[in-house]
Amino acid sequence: MALDKATVARIAHLARIRVPEEELEPLTRELARILDWVEQLAEVDTAAVEPLRKVMDIPAHWREDVVTDGGRPEAILMNAPRRHDNFFVVPKVVE
Amino acid sequence: MNALTHLTLAQARRLLAAGEVSAVELTEAHLRAIERARHLNAFITETPERALAMARRSDQRRRQGSQGLLEGIPIAIKDLFCTEGIRTTAASRILDGFIPPYESTVTRKLWEAGAVCLGKTNLDEFAMGSANVTSAFGPVRNPWTPPEEPVARVPGGSSGGSAAAVAARLCLGATGTDTGGSIRQPASFCGIVGLKPTYGRCSRFGIVAFASSLDQAGPMARTVEDCAIMLQAMAGFDPLDSTSADLPVPDWAGDARGEVRGLRIGVPKEYRADGMPDEIDRLWQQGAAWLAAAGAEIREISLPHTRYALPTYYIVAPAEASSNLARYDGMRFGLRIEGENLVDTYERTRGEGFGREVRRRILIGTYVLSAGYYDAYYLKALKVRRKIREDFDRAFEHVDAILTPTAPSAAFRIGEKMDDPVAMYLNDVFTVPASLAGLPALSVPAGLSAEGLPLGLQVIGRPFDETTVLRVGRAIEEAADFRHVPHGLAGSEA
Repeated sequence: MALDKATVARIAHLARIRVPEEELEPLTRELARILDWVEQLAEVDTAAVEPLRKVMDIPAHWREDVVTDGGRPEAILMNAPRRHDNFFVVPKVVE
Repeated sequence: MNALTHLTLAQARRLLAAGEVSAVELTEAHLRAIERARHLNAFITETPERALAMARRSDQRRRQGSQGLLEGIPIAIKDLFCTEGIRTTAASRILDGFIPPYESTVTRKLWEAGAVCLGKTNLDEFAMGSANVTSAFGPVRNPWTPPEEPVARVPGGSSGGSAAAVAARLCLGATGTDTGGSIRQPASFCGIVGLKPTYGRCSRFGIVAFASSLDQAGPMARTVEDCAIMLQAMAGFDPLDSTSADLPVPDWAGDARGEVRGLRIGVPKEYRADGMPDEIDRLWQQGAAWLAAAGAEIREISLPHTRYALPTYYIVAPAEASSNLARYDGMRFGLRIEGENLVDTYERTRGEGFGREVRRRILIGTYVLSAGYYDAYYLKALKVRRKIREDFDRAFEHVDAILTPTAPSAAFRIGEKMDDPVAMYLNDVFTVPASLAGLPALSVPAGLSAEGLPLGLQVIGRPFDETTVLRVGRAIEEAADFRHVPHGLAGSEA
């Protein structure tokens, strides 16, 4: 499977990671190498196999649907890169 | 004062209980050791004032008669655990300036048990690595590096700072996290004991997430008994982690015996991989011989899908990472690089905030989850993951524990295996299968390589059977009688 620079650029945009133009080529090579290597899973016959989605067969734990936390705006905002009163300041979202 | 840093955690507990040493004295000795060992770069953040304050409170509690399981024991915390009021970095630029307003469950339990926090240890960025070379705070030097070598050996990773700190006698124990081998492989490289418990045994609440179906916290210390004591304090059900197991916590601290008579120990033939170095193979056979001599029965077993474990892991773990790391968007905490608009701000922040390996894994994860590739990669990997777990289920019908080498080599040099990501990934060939199956697994030092570097053996157990894992580990520990200490520390033992 051939992974090209354009695909890597598209994936990087999907992941919201800026990759400088000069790094695209080596990055494409590295990712292609990893993907080629994982391709060997195709050898395994998994026709009748259910995907494993739960690691341990432990019943889910139920609890009362009550509020257990909250009302701590200062704790929530103390790490904000930019804030104004009790709000996060972010770039304009709606054009 | 050096003698205090050379105690095991269990010995220190006895001295504290007998009133022969105070928590403050023990803590001061370790703080001095940390200061002298800064060249190792094992810590990202040292917390000496907090440590002394905690030690003073511990001594006070002891005078009042109350004492927790780790009362007065100085430990180090991998900088992946959120610690209230102490900078937490995950060794990444993207968490620049982040001070958690809450405490992880595991560290909270450790402090409630009386432990003293010496600081936060170095690691691979977001725990993604096997050599501690992806940290934004620089690599860690393995204290076992031969003095005549100009380039340092790696401590392994991702819990490299914790492993180096324990090995260099900078703390009596440390926390690690293990996603594909991040406790066991550095334990092997640094000549210490490391235990990855069963998935669900320790709460993941407050641990910076890498791959949520694999991440598990565990203890790293110099003896199996010390790990058992620490695990006792760390484990237990937590309503804040929906995957945490609501099961009783056995009395590991009180039952660290090495009795293996009658146990059936499996030796998987598929682990005898092509090109396994002779010294690793010999150590493995020696380990089996030790257990046989102690009365265990050694059986060859087959885990046929072993060779597919690493490629499965390198689909599942990056997929989960790409989702988990989506939260680092520069809006609510951590680094923000202002751009021309919202998307530009996201892309600049994440482009500059994440290091190369983390970017690679996010991109692989994004790719295997993207439309058109999801079935071929991600779903396929989940199916193979089930086959891998079924291999173990079948094996455990015939054996009580499994013995393998921990890593395919001793510690390599900083800079090696950096050109090819896959070469670095192969470090975890023996540790990843148990991670995918969620099983408890321990690494115990068993010997030295021809170059004088430590080598570990791995014991894998049934789900939630840490008790047997610890017992087998203890039997190997007793037989191996591993008394070597890293270079430069031997003379300070008195």
